[in-house]
Amino acid sequence: MNRPFRTALAALATSAAALTSASAQEVTIEYWQYFFEARVDAMEILIENFEAANPNINVEMTHFPYADYRTRTAVAVPAGEGPDIVQLFYGWLNDYIEAGLIQPLPTDTFSPAMVEAEFFPMVRAMERDGAYYALPTAVRSLALFYNQRLLDAAGVEVPTTLEELVAAAAATTERDGAGNITQVGLTTGMTAQDHHWFREVLIRQFGGEPYLDDYQTVNYDTDAGRAALGFYLGLEEAGVSQSGFMDEPQAAFRGNRAAFHIDGSFRIGALNDSRGLEWGVTELPAGADGTQSNYSSYWVNAITSSAEGPEYEASVLFMEYLTSPEAMQIWLDVVGELPARQSVGMTEENANDDVFGPFIRGLAYAQTTKFADESAQRQVLVDMIERVQLQDMDPGESLRMAAEAEQAILDGYYNN
Amino acid sequence: MSTADDLTIRATSDSLLKASAPPRKRNMAQYIRWVLLFGGGLLMVMPLAYMISTSMKWPWEVYNIGLIPEEPTLENYTYVLEDGRFFGWFINSLVIATITTLSALFFDSLVGYTLCKFKFRGRYIIFIAILSTLMIPTEMLVIPWYMMSQSLGWLDSYWGIMFPGLMTAFGVFLMKQFFETVPDDFLEAARIDGLNEFQIWWQVAMPMVRPALAALAIFIFLGNWTAFLWPLIVTTSPDLYTLPVGLSSFGDEADVAWELIMTGAAISTIPTLVFFLIFQRFIIRGVVMAGLKG
Amino acid sequence: MASDPSASRTEARGSAYSRLSITQKRTLWAWGFLAVPIVFYVVIRFYPTGNAMVLSLQEWNLLGDRTWAGLDNYRTLFADPVFWQVFRNTFVYLLLGTPISLVISFIIAYHLDKVRFMHGTIRALYFVPFMTSAVAMAWVWRWFYQDVPIGLFNNWLATFGIAQIDFLDSTTNALPSILAPAIWAGLGFQVIIFMAGLRAIPRTFYEAAEIDGVSTWTVLWEITLPLLRPTIVFIVVLSSIGFLRIFDHVFNMTSANPGGPLNSTKPLVLMIYQTAFSSFDMGYAAAQTVVLFTILLIVSLIQLRLLRDR
Repeated sequence: MNRPFRTALAALATSAAALTSASAQEVTIEYWQYFFEARVDAMEILIENFEAANPNINVEMTHFPYADYRTRTAVAVPAGEGPDIVQLFYGWLNDYIEAGLIQPLPTDTFSPAMVEAEFFPMVRAMERDGAYYALPTAVRSLALFYNQRLLDAAGVEVPTTLEELVAAAAATTERDGAGNITQVGLTTGMTAQDHHWFREVLIRQFGGEPYLDDYQTVNYDTDAGRAALGFYLGLEEAGVSQSGFMDEPQAAFRGNRAAFHIDGSFRIGALNDSRGLEWGVTELPAGADGTQSNYSSYWVNAITSSAEGPEYEASVLFMEYLTSPEAMQIWLDVVGELPARQSVGMTEENANDDVFGPFIRGLAYAQTTKFADESAQRQVLVDMIERVQLQDMDPGESLRMAAEAEQAILDGYYNN
Repeated sequence: MSTADDLTIRATSDSLLKASAPPRKRNMAQYIRWVLLFGGGLLMVMPLAYMISTSMKWPWEVYNIGLIPEEPTLENYTYVLEDGRFFGWFINSLVIATITTLSALFFDSLVGYTLCKFKFRGRYIIFIAILSTLMIPTEMLVIPWYMMSQSLGWLDSYWGIMFPGLMTAFGVFLMKQFFETVPDDFLEAARIDGLNEFQIWWQVAMPMVRPALAALAIFIFLGNWTAFLWPLIVTTSPDLYTLPVGLSSFGDEADVAWELIMTGAAISTIPTLVFFLIFQRFIIRGVVMAGLKG
Repeated sequence: MASDPSASRTEARGSAYSRLSITQKRTLWAWGFLAVPIVFYVVIRFYPTGNAMVLSLQEWNLLGDRTWAGLDNYRTLFADPVFWQVFRNTFVYLLLGTPISLVISFIIAYHLDKVRFMHGTIRALYFVPFMTSAVAMAWVWRWFYQDVPIGLFNNWLATFGIAQIDFLDSTTNALPSILAPAIWAGLGFQVIIFMAGLRAIPRTFYEAAEIDGVSTWTVLWEITLPLLRPTIVFIVVLSSIGFLRIFDHVFNMTSANPGGPLNSTKPLVLMIYQTAFSSFDMGYAAAQTVVLFTILLIVSLIQLRLLRDR
């Protein structure tokens, strides 16, 4: 693999050993993440590698079910039951910093300059006051999935622009005798990933910018916002989509009843398991003027404020390893999540991979929304669509109400 | 003494059951009634049929509307059962549900009896106070319970999972109602015979409400078997998960494997079904007795 | 007379206990029995409840410090239109759920009572839904409600040429659609209770009515139902508390869009859950809990008063 890097790691290990050789004791650090088989497997490999390179450090991993993961950690960490290194969703960073639960990563090892140069741009959201508080091993982004068989049957090419997407979706939508959709062209559903697609992609592609002031001010009650909403609603009006078709968008796609489906890279594992599904993936369609945008989210690792002395030193070393190119490649191979470093992502092999390529290429122009309360902000957009579709409200009016509601959430959060 | 009386009561209620059952009447109305009821019963369990059907489907078939899968498989069952952790979760749930049921049976009936058969100041207030605990949703209690468990070192242990459920207000209410049906004369006679209050409760009163205890046992067992939020919060080691918590790990941030959830649900229903089939005769008998005397 | 063990013990202990009257001794026993349970309830239930009440006057996001907020939480709550929607929803669940399940379970119990063949099996059929996993059943019902081509109900309608119905995707239909499985799940429990109550009515009443040539309908209204009053009231109390506290069914069936669409199905407990575990606004959640507690207390006290008037 990467020999120079291995040597560097070994050197680091020996110097770390020199540091701690004075006390010559074994240090044990604790790591928490939520349970997902592939992630646990990958982490076990990483821990094994790390412990081999650092014989005096012992890493204990604890994991628990995803359900109520946030409650679980939120209740445990302030009660002092927490780990030395904790995994958290990037959107929770503000809360964790404010409550003093995590400490900034040392700027000599994790200098902002280094991070900015080597990691994909959206990781910059993890910086506060000149230091990084957390870093991801892997990131996710969105892409356009398509059903090869349905496309072939309709004789349609893979679209690259929004216009092409609508046309292709129209060609692949099928209805029964009574006019009910039995096969949908493009899946839509604000309760899934569409609210990210709307916020960070569509609004920008129609000439707007969804937020200002570092995501503290809502800015989509604009012409661009209305145009984006018009496009989104237009999908259903044109008959190429139907929100709520087959309950969940991904269920429709997996059930071979949808030609196109916008989703995150985390869906890859499930699709691989679907026998009889021939699928492909391509970058999100570009706007009319060629604008490309994407949304990226990620889980990060951070050092908790309860890590001190030898545990702190050991945690820094572990963090370094977790964010190393080696670790990222292992994570990509085992979990199927995209590497956070550009060097790893943009290798010939990775950037042109049939499956990961589109997602990785999308990282280059991806944005990360700084949420104050993701589920509440998602609900705002869900309600916005429902007001129009279920209560016949004027879209512009509904958009205005949504912007107001979301601004209230942001104000409530930032003005505290 | 108590056994003979108990047998008499049981015999009486059995014959009353038989006597109060309506006489056979074969006619058109009877047939129609039976067909409608049986049909209704089948409709009632239709969702369960779909649950079991889904548990035998491969993931891509899950949303197919047919009741019979195109490609039935027991793969989900082997996957779930072979998961080394499944057996541990099952045992955890079984142990915890059993212990809490026994504890609740003991304490709820003790409290219900006391609130019923002893006259003292503050009796009604205590009853209402205990009843009022039914009115706070568990969701709000979970955080203080966690803080408490953490400072007392109860986290990640059987005790930590069990302690909130050791006594229940529902049980107290139910047992109090049933103890009303126990005639005071029996208790007085026992007092004259020199038994102390505890012995009176345990040896005289309790056998007379055995059917109510059976009913209570089913409901408490069911409640603890399916408890999710608190066991989730208080445990960190996967070996300590209860069944619902363990089964929820078949879903994660991106995906929920519904066919596995259905499989897990199907398997979890079996103990409660067995419990019910064993105890259902007692319930009817017991509530009949309450109805008779009440 | 048999030797009185308690007497000899008290004599050995001294005269304090034996000087007490019988009533006082019995009271001592009562408190003795209640001692451990009272400690349990105080520590496990009352203390956290008191905590929640105090918390309703504070602001806390679980991770930081608690700050005093006075009645702000309550003011915000009563000014929030979503709260009043939720309040309305909760009472709709109660006012639709309790009577409907009462009537259906009575009809089933009444007729089942008159059936002998395979009686136990049929009874088990009606009870089994009560015992199955709420999560699993919510998903199955949700699946039933989908549109063509995967929704069972709409497929049936389609075969009769009737237009599809939006069950869950409609602000008017969603709440009844979610109420249906909630009623379905609880039927078995109520059927069993009713059956026992029916069996407790002495046959002499019915025999007398037969001799007098009274019609079945009159028997039902004049004899059976009045004698079933205690059973009916018992079920009404439990059922009311259950529907006012409804949560699992709604949460499991609307997990992607909780309480939706547009808050049309959201009950109070779901609002509390979201405030506490989604927004982590613990003080606000506590205020909502206090409101729920008050409603339940008032409703239950009224119903208990009805129980006592016998």
